[in-house]
Parts: sequence; C-alpha cells; structure tokens
Amino acid sequence: MTAPHADADPPVLDITGLHVDFDGAPAVRGVDLALRRGEVLGLVGESGSGKSTVALAAMGLLPRTARVRGSVRAGGTELIGAGDRELSRLRGRRMAMVFQDPLSALTPVHRVGDQIAEAVRTHQDVGRVHARRRAVELLDLVGIPDPEHRSRAYPHEFSGGMRQRAMIAMAIANDPDVILADEPTTALDVTVQAQVLEVLRTAQRETGAALLLVSHDLGVIAGMADRVAVMYAGRIVESAPAPELFAAPRMPYTMGLLGAVPRPGSRVLTPVPGAPPELRLLPRGCAFAPRCPLADDTCRTAEPELAGPEEHRTACVKAPEIAARDLAATDVYPVDEPAPVRAVTPRGELPAVLRVEGLTKTFPLLKGAAFGRRVGSVHAVDGVDLDIRRGETLGLVGESGSGKSTTLLEILRLAAPEAGEVEVLGHRTSELTKRQIKALRGSVQIVFQDPMASLDPRQPVGEIVAEPLRAQGADRGAVARRIPELLRLVGLEAAHAARFPHEFSGGQRQRIGIARALAVEPRLLVLDEPVSALDVSVQAGILNLLRRLKDELGLAYLFVSHDLSVVRHIADRVSVMYLGRTVESGAVEEVFARPRHPYTQALLSAVPVPDPVAERSRSRVLLAGDPPSAVLRAEGCGFVGRCPVYAGLGAGDRARCAGERPVGEVACHFPQPRPFPAA
Amino acid sequence: MTITATPPETAAPEAPEPTGRTRVALRRFAASTNAVVGAAALLLLFLLAFGGPYLTHWSHTDIDYSALRQAPSATHWWGTNRIGQDVYAQVLHGLQKSLLIGLLVALFATVLASVVGACAGYFGGWTDRLVTFFIDLLLVFPAFLIIAIVSPRLRDTGWLAFVGLLAVFGWMITARVVRSMTRSLKERDFVRAAELMGVHPLRIIFRHILPNVSSFLIVDATIAVGGAVMSETGLSYFGFGVQPPDVSLGTLIADGSGAAVTYPWMFFFAAGLLVVFVLAVNFLGDGLRDALDPTSGQHRRRRRRKGTTHDRAAR
Repeated sequence: MTAPHADADPPVLDITGLHVDFDGAPAVRGVDLALRRGEVLGLVGESGSGKSTVALAAMGLLPRTARVRGSVRAGGTELIGAGDRELSRLRGRRMAMVFQDPLSALTPVHRVGDQIAEAVRTHQDVGRVHARRRAVELLDLVGIPDPEHRSRAYPHEFSGGMRQRAMIAMAIANDPDVILADEPTTALDVTVQAQVLEVLRTAQRETGAALLLVSHDLGVIAGMADRVAVMYAGRIVESAPAPELFAAPRMPYTMGLLGAVPRPGSRVLTPVPGAPPELRLLPRGCAFAPRCPLADDTCRTAEPELAGPEEHRTACVKAPEIAARDLAATDVYPVDEPAPVRAVTPRGELPAVLRVEGLTKTFPLLKGAAFGRRVGSVHAVDGVDLDIRRGETLGLVGESGSGKSTTLLEILRLAAPEAGEVEVLGHRTSELTKRQIKALRGSVQIVFQDPMASLDPRQPVGEIVAEPLRAQGADRGAVARRIPELLRLVGLEAAHAARFPHEFSGGQRQRIGIARALAVEPRLLVLDEPVSALDVSVQAGILNLLRRLKDELGLAYLFVSHDLSVVRHIADRVSVMYLGRTVESGAVEEVFARPRHPYTQALLSAVPVPDPVAERSRSRVLLAGDPPSAVLRAEGCGFVGRCPVYAGLGAGDRARCAGERPVGEVACHFPQPRPFPAA
Repeated sequence: MTITATPPETAAPEAPEPTGRTRVALRRFAASTNAVVGAAALLLLFLLAFGGPYLTHWSHTDIDYSALRQAPSATHWWGTNRIGQDVYAQVLHGLQKSLLIGLLVALFATVLASVVGACAGYFGGWTDRLVTFFIDLLLVFPAFLIIAIVSPRLRDTGWLAFVGLLAVFGWMITARVVRSMTRSLKERDFVRAAELMGVHPLRIIFRHILPNVSSFLIVDATIAVGGAVMSETGLSYFGFGVQPPDVSLGTLIADGSGAAVTYPWMFFFAAGLLVVFVLAVNFLGDGLRDALDPTSGQHRRRRRRKGTTHDRAAR
C-alpha cells in the first residue's frame, strides 16, 4: 500500500524535467516521476493532458518530429538521445509496454504464441522449442484457457480481453523492471476489464516489476495504484499516495475531477467549467486558472511549481488554504441544486411513453457474394421488455454485443418488429399509417454516442439544429426563431449557429446534438451512450444538463450506457441486458442495492469505484470467459456458460437452467438476493 | 467556454441571422486567393474566346495566300499556318469549342456520376445491383469505338451531341467511387440521425451525402475537364468529333505539334491557352473545395498564425 521509501533502493525508472514538443506545440512541460520496484504509479488525466506522451517518451517511442528534452533513466541508463540499438536492447527486457488497442498491437499474420516466443528470443539466448514452451507458460500465467492449443491461434481468433492478456504475457516475457500500461482496459467491457486488471496485478506481482498505469478512469486507478499523479496541460499538478489523493485532494482540478465522477450516495456532480486549454496558447500563470473558481491574480501571474512535502505534492498556490479549510469539491465548484422532488404520482397512473414487449431482431448470416444463401442467424435482440412512463429515465445497461443499440434502432424505426410489440406514446408501431409515423418521429428523438460523427461536418450548427424542424415541415420564420432559443437552452450562445461542428469541443458538440434532438419538442429522448466519448469533467456537465432539461421539459429518457455509475446517477429505473435479453429490471436503488440476477451481481462488482479503500476491500464476482456469440441461440438461460450460480448447482437444476427459458423481472431460475457494497 | 449549468440569462444582444451553408461557402470562396484567381482567369478566357474574334477581320476559315507560315506581325497577330490561315482567329475559335466541351463534359459527367453513384450507394439492394451492373457494362464497352461509330451519324446535331457522348462514357469510374463513399457515409451517425428524423431519402442525399463527397467530386471534375479536352483531341485527330473546317484547341495542337520547333507560333499559342485553361480550372476547383469544406486549409493556416502571434507575445 504505502510507497517504498526513497532511500531503500534506487528508482527503476526515473523521469526528470521531461519536456516534449510536437512541431513547436508543447505536449509535456516538465514532468518528474520516479518508479521503484514493485510499485504501481497511476498517471491520471483527461485527453490531451500528455499522459500517453509521457509513457511513449519513457519507451523512446515518440515519432521523429517530437522534440524531447530532460532525462529518462531506466536502471541507470539514460534513454533520451540513446541510439536505436541501445533502445532496442532495453525495450522489452528492462521495460515493456501494454497498449490500449490490443488488436493493432499484435501482428495479424503471425500466431500469438510465435509472437510471444519472438519476444523471448529477442532478448534471451534460447532455442526455438524452449521459447515456444515459455510462451505457453506465459499464456497460462495470464489465464488463457488451454494455452497449448490457443498459442497456435491468430490474433483475430482471440477476443479483445484475450488479446490484451496476450499483450501482457508478451510484456512480462523477459521479466522487465518496468511495465508501462497505456489505458490497458479502455477498449474493454467492464467484466472483461475486471479480468484483465486482475491479470495485470498478477503479472506485476509475479515479476516484481514497477507498473506505470496510465488511465483516464479514476476507478481503475483507485483499485490499482499505490501512488497517483494527476496531469493537466502537460504537467503534473498533484501527486500523492492513492488513499490520500482520493480522500483529500488539494488541487482544485483534482477536486473537480473527483467530484465529476458519479458515485453512490452523491446526487450532485461538479463539472469543471470550460475545456482544457490548447497547449499552443497557454495563458501566463497556472494553466488551470481560467477554469478554476478559486483563481486570483497570483494564479494568473506565475505558474506554480510542484511543491509540498514529498508525500503529497501539489502545483497550486491555493493548496495550503484548501488543506486548512478542508474544502470539498462541492464547496469549490458551483453546483445547481437538484430539483425538488416532484409530487409523487404512483407510477402505475402515469401514462406510458414507451412500452416494449418481447422485442426480437435477427440478422441473417449470409454466404456467397451476389446471391447470399442464409446459413444462420444472429439473434441480436431476443426478447427485450422495456417500460417507460412520463418523466421517467430508464437506464438500459449491458456490455458490447448485448443488443442495446439494435434495440434502440428497432424502436426508432417505428415499423412493425419481427416479433413482440413496441408501443410508442400509446401507438403500436405495427399499426401505424405513414402520416402517423411522420408525426411520431417528432416525439421520439435520439442523441448519439460520438458527437463528432453524429453532426454533419459540412453543415453550420444552425442548420444541423434546424434539420428535424424542417423534416417536420416547420416554416422558415419559426425555424429562425427556434434556433437561438435551442442553443441557449443547452448552454451555448445564439451566435454559435454560424459555426461548424469542428470548431467546438467534445462537450459542446454533444450539447449541439442534444439541441437538435430537442428541436421538435419530443416526449421521449433516446440517449445512446451520450457521455461515453467525453472526458469525466465534461461528462458531468452533460449529465447535469440532461437532468435539468428533464425537470424543465418533462422529458422521458431511454438512457443506454455501459457505465453503471452514470446510469445509477441519472436513471430512475434500470434494465440490464445480456445477449439480447432483458435479465433484470427494476427501480435503480433496488437493483443496485440488491441485485438478484447473477449477471447483474457480477456486472456491479466489476465496476471500479473511485475510492481506493472501498475498491480494495469489497468482494468481487469475477466472471470467467467472454460473452458467447449470438449466433447460437440458447434454448434456456443465455448466461449458463459464465454463471457462478450454475456452477454450484446439481444436475437436475442445471438441466432446468439449460433447457427452460427464465422469465420475469429477474430472468433467473435461482435468483439470490445478495447485498452489495454497491458500485 | 460556455459549459454552464444554467443558460446565461443575459442573452447575446441581437442574435445574428443564422448564416446558411451557401452563404458561408460563398464568403469563404471569395476570401480564397486561389479561387478568385482561377475564376478571373476562366472569365478572361471566355471573354477572349467569344469577344476576341471581333477584334480581327480574319475568320478561322479565311486563307491568306500571300502569307504562308508567316511569323506574328501586324496583319496576322499570332502568325499564319502552312496554308495561310490566321492563327489568332483559329486559336480563339478553337478555344470556344474546347472551353465549352471541356466544361460541359466535366459538368455532365460529374453530375451524372454523383447522382447515380449516391443513389446506388444509399438505397443499396436491387437498385445498387442494377446500377453496378449497368456501370460495369458501360466500362467494358469500347467507348472510343462506339463514339467513332455514332458520331458521324450525329454530325447534323453538332458538337452538343458530341459533348453528350463524351459525358456518357466518362462518368462510370467516378460513380463507382461515389457509390463506395456513400456506403461508408451511410453508416455515419449524422446520416442515421437524419433518417430517424424522417428526412426524405433524396433530401438526405443532396444535403448530407453529396456535400460530404464534394471534395472528391471537385477534384475529379477538374481532372475531367482536362481529360475531356484531350479525348476530344484524340477523337478529332482520327476524324471524329470536331471536323475541319471547324477547329478546336485539340486539333490545332495536333496540327501544329510537328512545327513546334520550326514555326513555334503554330503550336505554342494553342498549347499555352490550353495550359492556362486547365490551370484556371484547377485553381477554381481548389478554391471551391476549400470553400465547401469547413475543415480544410484556411483553418489550419489561421491556427498557425494565431500560434505565432502568441509566441511573440510570450517573448
């Protein structure tokens, strides 16, 4: 837990005064880091803060255009300015890297086992057979089932989680002193993320290496890191042991970052106003000053150095004041009060906005190019039930491939579903006329995940926002009046209408997407992962905006997300999907406090909590393997292959699970309420 | 910047009229030097081609038997050719033909290609299969032969029919590219968003798909202008297309190329104007592309300029 002491042994990786420039634009502006054996250092920051550049600089992997100054010493060898031959000798042996995207990090044309064996043979003088054997051992160590057989597979035959395991195996092949992991789990689902983090932990323990974990996910950092360094605008602004940093941050940026993460118990989020500065145009003084509510003239004149006791250093002139007054994020940042609880109408009396029963959608698997022959079906959605009442938010949760997006598109198509029933605002979609469909399109709108992809790059914002109005046949005058109104509603300025999407930051783009969806005054807003492409501090602003809009306009939301803490924060009810089926649904508090389906339990326990103490003490349900393919439709429960409950059942009960399809609010034959130290 | 939780009560004093895409594009077009130079050069070429012949009393068919292969002089401004025709009159007449043929063929072919390609890519299914089949069919036709066979029969309808023929055989590859670009655009969220809002498919094609492939279309069209002039030359050389006594830049260049070293005026005036023409179209296309693509060129330049001023301020 506690960092090993400074004088005990020399650092295995020592970065001092690291500066990196790309074409004259600074990316890293003076970073000092030291890693000692067996230590895990978490490097946190939002996109563009320079955290990945630090990791790449430490490996000597920056492109030639980068200008690097300062010193990076690995076990006494200086890396900056070292030749290619020198670096190749160190890379892989003394220090190894695990990349974010395991698919592009493995060569697609070589077998996984051979690639690991190659890593072994590059640095050790061993024979081919021995190296192969070592590769199999390593694959076994990182938890790949049947490693002998799987080592002969190609990367595309591995799932994302398995590929990342293989990358870790390759990284530890030569017992490195330092492992650099750059967002190692960002591309993975939560349950798989939990597995991979566990493997990373094992790997680090087995090799005794130091681990530099770069991540934007404060939950992951809380669970893994001994010490945490927070980066902002190319500099470290705060560094402290993990428990202390999470419990008592001293720098306003860290406070905002921590306050912006939704977590159980806190109903208010503190978004950090503004966007990270462009590093070319840094203001004089503290880089965070323009966004900092505590900033005064001293902050704006000179950039503060990282100072304070060795254990807890901050680059902020306000740090002593914050420490003395014991300020919390909610004291520093302005928060809007959550709206008073409305007069509670019993749920049953509210009119239904959306009702979905037994929705099914299959895609044909075709063979042959021109005249495809159907050889099978992908059961993307296979029995989904949803129910949203007026003014309600339903969180739809599931891992990738669980059929969330297909469900949304099936609903929004407003056509007769393959099977089951969809009822929007009391109209069955199977019985709609063309005219009714057109009218209903105005009442149901969607906000997409990626705010850049969902806005036409060639249209000015004003036209983007006006599009649904025009589609509904609004006249010119009404459209012109409505645009500034809408932009102001989502916290933008009316003058922004003439600009193009690329001139906005990610959060602002998402606001434009929301403004477009609100243009025709819909009753139901479908939000498809609306915040997962955004940084935490910006995400909080969007969540607050959605909450306010819902209260003001009486909207109902269908909020799809893989991020359970976000769902818990914003939703009233939650519905969990697995393999195209709804496995559990109910009120948010109920489901999160007492999940009854084993999958929900595993999902909840896999979500990292940004609180080191809670994160390390809670019990986990680790699921084995990956979600099965949707091509093979399970006769009974789809979860049997990974179910921890099923594993402990007798033969008779097992037959029931495998053969009979569970139904009801909790789609499980053996639901076990289990209190959870919830996510 | 404006990530406030509540909308600012103090709204902007007066909301400026939201500018439409066309107006924005026009403004950007006017601001780009390339575009203005290209457009001006093209305009001057048109003026020269259609106004220039009135400045001399020679017409392109007149033959001055007293001046064969004469160098430029006061009577024959750009000299004469080997049978005593005035090169100035001939080149300008040829320029008329080449300007019209080049621009019209490029325009027709690009419009046809973009509409057909975008429809095939967007609607998919049987529309796509039929259109692709038809395109492939046209591609395997020997276009040169067919034009050679058909054009003598269309002699009476004149050069417009010739333009049509060149366009009909020049759009297929562009259409295939547009089709595949459309297929990838169709998967983008903004197209899906428009579909879910109930926007009419043709409207989606014209408002979302085509503007997003416009960069390609413009580059392709500028190349097609040069290509059309060249294929017209080739056909005319073999006796199809523009026939004597009518002339085009292509036929003039073909005639004069043998004399380029000995009697340069027979070749270089025609060739020079062709180069100017193609260059002007390229400049215009560049400017048009920048004007229609909000993320291109200018923006980057502006940012760099901002960066340098900041650096200066910092020092």
